[in-house]
Amino acid sequence: MAELNTGGKKATPRVDMTPMVDLMFLLVTFFILTTSISTPQAMDIVKPDKDDNNKDNRLELKASKTMTILLGKNDKVAWYMGEAGATAPTYENLSQVEKSIIENRKVADASGVKGEFVVLVKPTSGSNFKNFVDIMDELEILKVKVRQIDDDNILDSEKESMKSQGIL
Amino acid sequence: MPRIKVKRTSTVTDMTAMCDVAALLLTFFILTATAKQPEPLAVSTPSSTYEFKVPVENNAILTIGQGKVFFEVAGQKVKARTLELIGQQYNISFTPEEVKKFSLVASFGVPVSGLKSFLALDGGERMKPGVQTGIPTDSTDNQLNSWVLQARTATAEVNSQPMRVSIKGDSKEEYPVVKKIIDVLQKQKVNKFLLVTNAEARRK
Repeated sequence: MAELNTGGKKATPRVDMTPMVDLMFLLVTFFILTTSISTPQAMDIVKPDKDDNNKDNRLELKASKTMTILLGKNDKVAWYMGEAGATAPTYENLSQVEKSIIENRKVADASGVKGEFVVLVKPTSGSNFKNFVDIMDELEILKVKVRQIDDDNILDSEKESMKSQGIL
Repeated sequence: MPRIKVKRTSTVTDMTAMCDVAALLLTFFILTATAKQPEPLAVSTPSSTYEFKVPVENNAILTIGQGKVFFEVAGQKVKARTLELIGQQYNISFTPEEVKKFSLVASFGVPVSGLKSFLALDGGERMKPGVQTGIPTDSTDNQLNSWVLQARTATAEVNSQPMRVSIKGDSKEEYPVVKKIIDVLQKQKVNKFLLVTNAEARRK
């Protein structure tokens, strides 16, 4: 059989690997970045126990150190200090409430009344899940230690005032 | 002046070894990476600055989106045991094959009555829109309650650890829908939840 002769000189089998290495490292980088980002984070939430017979479930709050934040429609919130109806609620965007929390905490801490500064979060039917997560996140960032979630006892007066502002 | 003779070396280095290393790393990452399970109910979770990883074991994830709720409990053994317990509760006997199939299903949202026909479908058909309608949560037929309860029992039996409940809600989901699910859990005295969120850089 006649063999094909492609010239007397043999071509060197050496191949430039540089582009291949580049590609490999690109893929490696891609995999490292995508795997670390895709692990979801979680937020620890504790809701008050619904058992009314348990006396430990009743927490006494100081009116002057309690801030109630109502979550409404269109990323709006209404907040007031103390008891409902005692002071007129302030209406704000959710993004602005951070400042109000800081100010209220300052005033509450300066008042000299015993007890921790408490934030009561009341998500209403107008709010969405993101609003709720945002406000809980905000409280975590501001290190508000005592925070309560209450979605059962939204007072009629609170509903009325929110409706009048068109955020419920 | 005498000149110092600099020996010129070739700048071409052998890249083969480097290529081998890169290929090895690549293989390692591909193999260790957990493939992302296709989700029947796609939700975009809100972001938060919390730095707490969702537990891989002893965890049940409730996915809430479009007014529907989907359920998943972590661990194949736990899944299998949960299905057996559900079968006992609703007087449906599942074949070992069906139990095995179920232990591989990730998140699902079908009523218990439709579970057998759902398991008979293959993976691609399960993901079609309209197949999974969500788990019923009405007060007359609260199957979500049963699922969570049986998953807790199964986790306690298999891993002898308490089960955590994670809620993976869509950002746009209205709060009353979320509240309804949380109320179901609170009836079982589950007062602690994990809300699944995306990582967000902490503002300073």
